[in-house]
Amino acid sequence: MAAALEDMVKAGLRGWTDRMAGTGLEERLRQVSRPENEYGVDPFGFSLDYTLSAVAPLLWMYRHYHRVKVTGIDRVPVGRVLLVSNHSGQLPVDGAMIGVAMLVEGTPPRAVRSMVERWVPTLPWVSTFMARVGQVVGTPDNCKRLLEADEAILVFPEGARGISKPWAKRYQLQEFGMGFLRLALETDTPVVPVGVVGAEEQAPALANLKPLARVLGFPAFPVTPTLLPVPLPSRYHILFGEPLRFTGRPDDDDGVLEQKVATVKGAIRELLERGLAERKSVYL
Amino acid sequence: MSGGTKPGVVITGISGNLGRMLTRLLHGREHIIGIDRRPFPRRPPDVEVHQLDLRKNKVEDLFRRGRIKAVIHMGILHDPRMSAAEHHAFNVVGTTRILEHCARYGVEKVVVLSSANVYGPSPENSNFITEDAPLMAASRFAGVRDLIEVDMLANAFFWRHPSTQTVVLRPVHIVGPSIKNAPSNYLRLKRPMALAGFDPLVQLIHVEDAARALVEALRPEARGVYNVVGPGVMPLSAIFRELGQQPVPVPHPLARPLLSQMFRWRLAHFPAEELDHVQFPCIVDGGRWEREVGFRPRHGLRDTVRCVLGDAA
Repeated sequence: MAAALEDMVKAGLRGWTDRMAGTGLEERLRQVSRPENEYGVDPFGFSLDYTLSAVAPLLWMYRHYHRVKVTGIDRVPVGRVLLVSNHSGQLPVDGAMIGVAMLVEGTPPRAVRSMVERWVPTLPWVSTFMARVGQVVGTPDNCKRLLEADEAILVFPEGARGISKPWAKRYQLQEFGMGFLRLALETDTPVVPVGVVGAEEQAPALANLKPLARVLGFPAFPVTPTLLPVPLPSRYHILFGEPLRFTGRPDDDDGVLEQKVATVKGAIRELLERGLAERKSVYL
Repeated sequence: MSGGTKPGVVITGISGNLGRMLTRLLHGREHIIGIDRRPFPRRPPDVEVHQLDLRKNKVEDLFRRGRIKAVIHMGILHDPRMSAAEHHAFNVVGTTRILEHCARYGVEKVVVLSSANVYGPSPENSNFITEDAPLMAASRFAGVRDLIEVDMLANAFFWRHPSTQTVVLRPVHIVGPSIKNAPSNYLRLKRPMALAGFDPLVQLIHVEDAARALVEALRPEARGVYNVVGPGVMPLSAIFRELGQQPVPVPHPLARPLLSQMFRWRLAHFPAEELDHVQFPCIVDGGRWEREVGFRPRHGLRDTVRCVLGDAA
């Protein structure tokens, strides 16, 4: 019964994807799909069939809700790459939109893997959804393995500090973790800075109910104008910067690594400033 | 082939499914000396089986009376109904005694059957766990503490006795038509309890492939700790579909108290902690075993899944 209902929903969504993207998208997805076994999943749990259904609402949001504009996506090099982006907007829509952009506008199309928080696997449905669309838990080991397989990895070095920050701190980059840089050095991976403009305005957080968040085991419990986990229709602009290549030892002193991280942070800040300067309207 | 002349291969826990399968593979090639508390009905006449507890002094006599070239130790209990003390004593003391005999009588090869479950399912696991990862299973489920201890004893033995080729195998869930372990029993249920919204990836290995891995472990190049995987990974839901089972999804906050009551009243065979296996992944990287020993499972994915029902064995 439940399985039949699930199949129906899946088929319905799949039809929606096809109507929006035509069979061109499926062609693109086939290009990026990894070897799957007879149960339709790759070794990390990604499923092309599932993704073709799951992408429908995200693609609709990308085109008609957030009306995403993309600049500089051709700068993303072929082969292993770390996309490093600012993180904002209470809901991880920024990650989804970067993922859709790489899928439908990347040349060649890429199925980005993002490194998700370690509490994601504890959430019912969300955990399954994330795994089937190719997201993995952000352990250094997972990231290294995927980079060595020449995949494109999306990281948000601000983590929860970025996505859950209050409205007053919009477009201010929070403290960056250094793990991504160590991995870039260790695997000789170029870093592409990414700036996302528009996600801050999808859910301005007026307050963060920390005690409630603790009880529920969430990283934060923001109070937003919609009061619901639904983003507002802000226009998105995703800007990709020039790839940065770093050399050095991954086990260098934190001071040395911090300088390199600051270079990435500076590049993202520039992208954000450009995006904000060019922006004519937030919602309309 | 007469008993005393050819150097022997001791197999502990020989009367189980895996032990009988292993006997079939080694029979005719090696002089097999089995030890098990259980009888081994219809065994080949040239296979010795001693119905003994591993902790008994009589076990040492088997090592004293003729040369033993290898020991395959899989006489390890997994019975959630047994008292923790008895379970612990059997596994830990039994393993300690066997390893002592190996050291004293200069056994060249020691193979210990551990399990990939020593890492334990957890939301924080990397997708592929390698052999150097910490053994975290007991942090969520104290009942598996002795299995980790057995693994550690074998590890310590490996370092302390460099002249012995010690192999610790950590296979993923072993399944087979007549296997009675927790994963096989669970997959045979028509209406298994599942956790709503959770569909972790699972790895299985066919009992025949597991037995073949134990045979390969006797080769001289096999030394150290190895994860042993079957033909691939698949979502739990795909296995249910393949087998035609109808899982009953239960919200996870309710499932644990429910199952622990059912276990207490003997309505279920699984302690509640086992639910971690249907909630979180415990996926291991079998690359080292594949590279160093050249091992490939013979049974494909579909075949391995279907074998629990017994019609594809």
